[in-house]
Amino acid sequence: MSSESIALNPSDESTRPIGDRLHDWVTTVDHKKLGIMYILYALVFLVIGGIEATIMRIQLIVPHNHFVSPQVFNRMFTMHGTTMIFFVAMPIMFGFGNYLVPLMIGARDMAFPRLNAWSFWLAAFGGLLLYFSFIGGDGLYGAGSAPDVGWFAYAPLTARVFSVGHSTDFWTLGLLVSGIGSIGTAANIVATILCLRCPGMTLGKMPLLAWMNLVMAALVLLAISPLTAAQIMLSLDRYLGAHFFDTQAGGSAVIWMHFFWIFGHPEVYVLVIPAFAFASEIIPVFSRKPIFGYPVMVAATVTIGFVSFTVWAHHMFTVGMNSYANSFFTISTMIVGVPTGIKIFNWIGTMWGGKIQLKTPMLFCIGFLFQFLIAGLTGIMLAVAPFDWQLGNSYFVVAHFHYVIVGAILFALFGAFYYWFPKMSGRMYNETLGKWHFWLFLIGFHLTFDFMHIPGLLGMPRRIYTYEPGRGWDTWNLIITIGVLFQAAGILVFVGNLLWSRLRGPACTTDPWDAWTLEWSTSSPPPEYNFATIPVVRSRRPLWDIKHPEDPDWKYE
Amino acid sequence: MARRRVHNRALVQGIGSKVSGIGGLIAGFLLAASLCFGGPANPSPPNMFRPASTPADAIFHISIFVLMISGVIFAVVFWLLVYVLVKFRRSAGDDGREPPQVYGSNQVELAWTVLPILVVFVLFLATARVIHSIEDARKPPEAVEVIAIGHQFWWEFRYPSLGVVTANELHVPVSDPAHPTPTFIRLLSADTDHSFWVPRLAGKTDLIPNRTNNTWIDPHEVGIYVGQCAQYCGTQHAKMLLRVYVEPPDQFNRWVQEESKPAQVSDAFSEGRRIFESMACINCHAISGTVADGRFGPDLTHLMSRETIASGAASNTPENLRLWIHDPDAIKPGSLMPAMKLTDQDLDALTAYLETLR
Amino acid sequence: MSSTSLASSSIESEWVLPSRGRVGMFCLIAAESAIFTIFVVAYIYYIGKSLAGPMPKDVLELPIFATICLLSSSLTIHFAVGALRNGKSGIFGIWWFVTIALGAIFLVETGREWYDLIFEKGLTINTNLFGTTYFSLVGLHAFHVTVGLIGLAIGMVLALLGKVKQEHSERADVFSLYWHFVDVVWIVVFTVVYIIGR
Repeated sequence: MSSESIALNPSDESTRPIGDRLHDWVTTVDHKKLGIMYILYALVFLVIGGIEATIMRIQLIVPHNHFVSPQVFNRMFTMHGTTMIFFVAMPIMFGFGNYLVPLMIGARDMAFPRLNAWSFWLAAFGGLLLYFSFIGGDGLYGAGSAPDVGWFAYAPLTARVFSVGHSTDFWTLGLLVSGIGSIGTAANIVATILCLRCPGMTLGKMPLLAWMNLVMAALVLLAISPLTAAQIMLSLDRYLGAHFFDTQAGGSAVIWMHFFWIFGHPEVYVLVIPAFAFASEIIPVFSRKPIFGYPVMVAATVTIGFVSFTVWAHHMFTVGMNSYANSFFTISTMIVGVPTGIKIFNWIGTMWGGKIQLKTPMLFCIGFLFQFLIAGLTGIMLAVAPFDWQLGNSYFVVAHFHYVIVGAILFALFGAFYYWFPKMSGRMYNETLGKWHFWLFLIGFHLTFDFMHIPGLLGMPRRIYTYEPGRGWDTWNLIITIGVLFQAAGILVFVGNLLWSRLRGPACTTDPWDAWTLEWSTSSPPPEYNFATIPVVRSRRPLWDIKHPEDPDWKYE
Repeated sequence: MARRRVHNRALVQGIGSKVSGIGGLIAGFLLAASLCFGGPANPSPPNMFRPASTPADAIFHISIFVLMISGVIFAVVFWLLVYVLVKFRRSAGDDGREPPQVYGSNQVELAWTVLPILVVFVLFLATARVIHSIEDARKPPEAVEVIAIGHQFWWEFRYPSLGVVTANELHVPVSDPAHPTPTFIRLLSADTDHSFWVPRLAGKTDLIPNRTNNTWIDPHEVGIYVGQCAQYCGTQHAKMLLRVYVEPPDQFNRWVQEESKPAQVSDAFSEGRRIFESMACINCHAISGTVADGRFGPDLTHLMSRETIASGAASNTPENLRLWIHDPDAIKPGSLMPAMKLTDQDLDALTAYLETLR
Repeated sequence: MSSTSLASSSIESEWVLPSRGRVGMFCLIAAESAIFTIFVVAYIYYIGKSLAGPMPKDVLELPIFATICLLSSSLTIHFAVGALRNGKSGIFGIWWFVTIALGAIFLVETGREWYDLIFEKGLTINTNLFGTTYFSLVGLHAFHVTVGLIGLAIGMVLALLGKVKQEHSERADVFSLYWHFVDVVWIVVFTVVYIIGR
């Protein structure tokens, strides 16, 4: 652990002029700075997306409410979904991957640092382009309007005749641009992991986070491209009069759905697999045991990656495919639940026989486990095609996927924030505020998303700006909206904690958690070159080997 | 391994998870309670757990099956998690030594791989049967045939062999299980994607332009069943409501008879009729037996036989009808009905005329 | 910690990982393959579904000459890279130039074919489903050929300036992977459009 004191050029950042420091950040190709920029960018959009959700929930708090017009509501759900998936979840995962992967594999940077920067700025520009639609959507004259076609933009609603003006084009182009950035980052992650591992770190010895980012990046390469292709086709339809999705010319609305969901389903694994990665790093450290069944975890993740390409039409059970197709997608969807379930058991197996410390990162990971279990089970319910014929396109589905994205992914992300914040900033966060965040957000999450399943079961479809009283939905919608208050409070505490700790938190050591992977062997924050000398490793937990020379991992692996 | 005393705070953390689980249980209990209380006499809430038709029945049974399996899995894993959290929590007097470092166990991995695969297998077989029974059901000769055409934002219903054209409110005969008279519905769309969903009668099936889909219902209880469009189709997707009137056979036949007649002609309301036929109304609406033959909007021949207007957005009263013609955005902002710029006098005459279309 | 094992570790001296340029290019090829797959699927799905307008067998002729040119260019770029690996920069430059010429001929032939279809035969991207899928698929491929040609042209300029040496053969090889990919895609497009689809 001697490298912590070897900082070749210790410079005091706070004395440099602000202009110089900003210039550094804007022109940087350093994976750590880019990672942080991705994360901050995503946090800003998290708040914006949250406001969009809040607007919707206020409109739905009572039936026949008049808080916003249907036009505005329809833009809200479109922008909320698009923002959260493309400009919150993806950038934040790329941000953490960017920051952590080189450090954890003992490299100095990503394989292509300039591509890294280019990909970030492209992705960022895509988000700005999408949001410009609020003022520019109607072709710069008249009031602007954001897209209102839903985040999956089904044809033919997106055709020129139904979607007048440019709002849909902002959706298409914003995502096209940021999609290209995503492909760049994914190629970078793959090349980094395959080509820059430090000596001794075979694929079987690299941290699970690296494995999972590898699978995630491979999914991005193969899954974002279908969306890009479909968006090119849509633009050709809208601008050159092509007929890809033009039902009047014999085109097919269903083929858009196929293309979109061939992207859309692997996409959710792109989002959740890094969450698995965080849990797989945090749970062992706070249980004081290695991950249970490392090879099985790798195999399960790779299997999930492959199988995720065979399930897409479970989003289309209601479009009238024949019984054989529906049966196929039922079984493929159930099958993908098996390796996923195995991972839950492995995490519990990691905790079994350990010494569990309930610090904030671990609290969030436990929340992740519990909620991911429920999300997986409601997913199995939806896999049963006939049940989906009732539940599909209803609030049950909305509840299910928010359970995955908020209950599992966001909780694991919060865990990752608290776990690696000390490394990234050199300061320790406030544990009490962290716990306040956890409990407030947990209560709010469950108030909103537990009860959201019920209106779905009682026949409430999604994407409606208001609903009829007397259908049994009123009370549940009220409770769901109340939960938003607690979640908002939790987020405020979180942001406050981050800011306060960054500015005034106590300085922390290189290894505040007594952890075992390479990022904890360098200073907090790491110097720009990461490691004074490239480490050489012999096991999956190099720092365990150093701390326990009498009982190193490489004797048992 | 040293014995651990259970600390109060460990219980709190464990209870935190349990509270969330209990929250779910309470939700389930409240749901069950709400399901037991029937809704108002007419129409019933769209509750899929009170099925009233064979497809909805079949879905109900497989749903209960999968809910039970999920419940068992949840209970097992949940209590495992709680147990682990309580038993293996680091105690206050911990000596700081690391616990035994266990890397894995092949037998355990095998066990918790094989078991889920078996569950999946069983669940899949049960599901495939239901898929087949609903999707591949043969249409009996006594079936009532309906063509449903989805529009932005209303439903067109045609009964080709009975000569009936109506909108938004579907009338079907009740089906006696001994001699079933189901209703088979062909689903088409005139513009963008829609979805036909009446939860108590069947699962939803989409209406997609340039594609023919099929669904069927055979309701075995008389009553009014509500639903609505379940695929986002534009601004007023939320108010594209559905009503299905399940009637005894003789009542249904009487309805068919009335609906297949052309409009009654009466001189008393000729002023309103003149306004209707000389304004743009006839571009969109049809009234059989008159020159009005538009297809873009609902057929108005028997407008007064419906209980609602604007696809369920308002009840069919003279005031609402007048308002709808004068200012549709007051009832359904963003619908494709234009505001007819008529004088008050013309509006009154027109409404009075429409009120005669029984 | 690790600094003591650095000098003596045998692990390090045998530590060889794939080249990042090669891996990066394979990633790009994977992503591009996925994009092309979707366009090919759309093409195949819409075969025979046009409601009106010219049909493939009415207007398509096999672009044999263009295909021979493009596929030969894979061979010539292979020769170019081989020459560079052996340090023969001059021969490299010749084969590289021939590759560009063959690729340019392919594009010109495609342009001529399109001119004929649009102005003589009345088939455009908005005529019918065939027009839509044909122009978009062939156009997407032609776009990739164009990008490849631009890359090749940059290489040509560098070669003429004498800046391309033997140590750059790996980079040239990685670039040639992209060019081979473009050719493989053409084989697929040719089969689907001119053989199966007619």
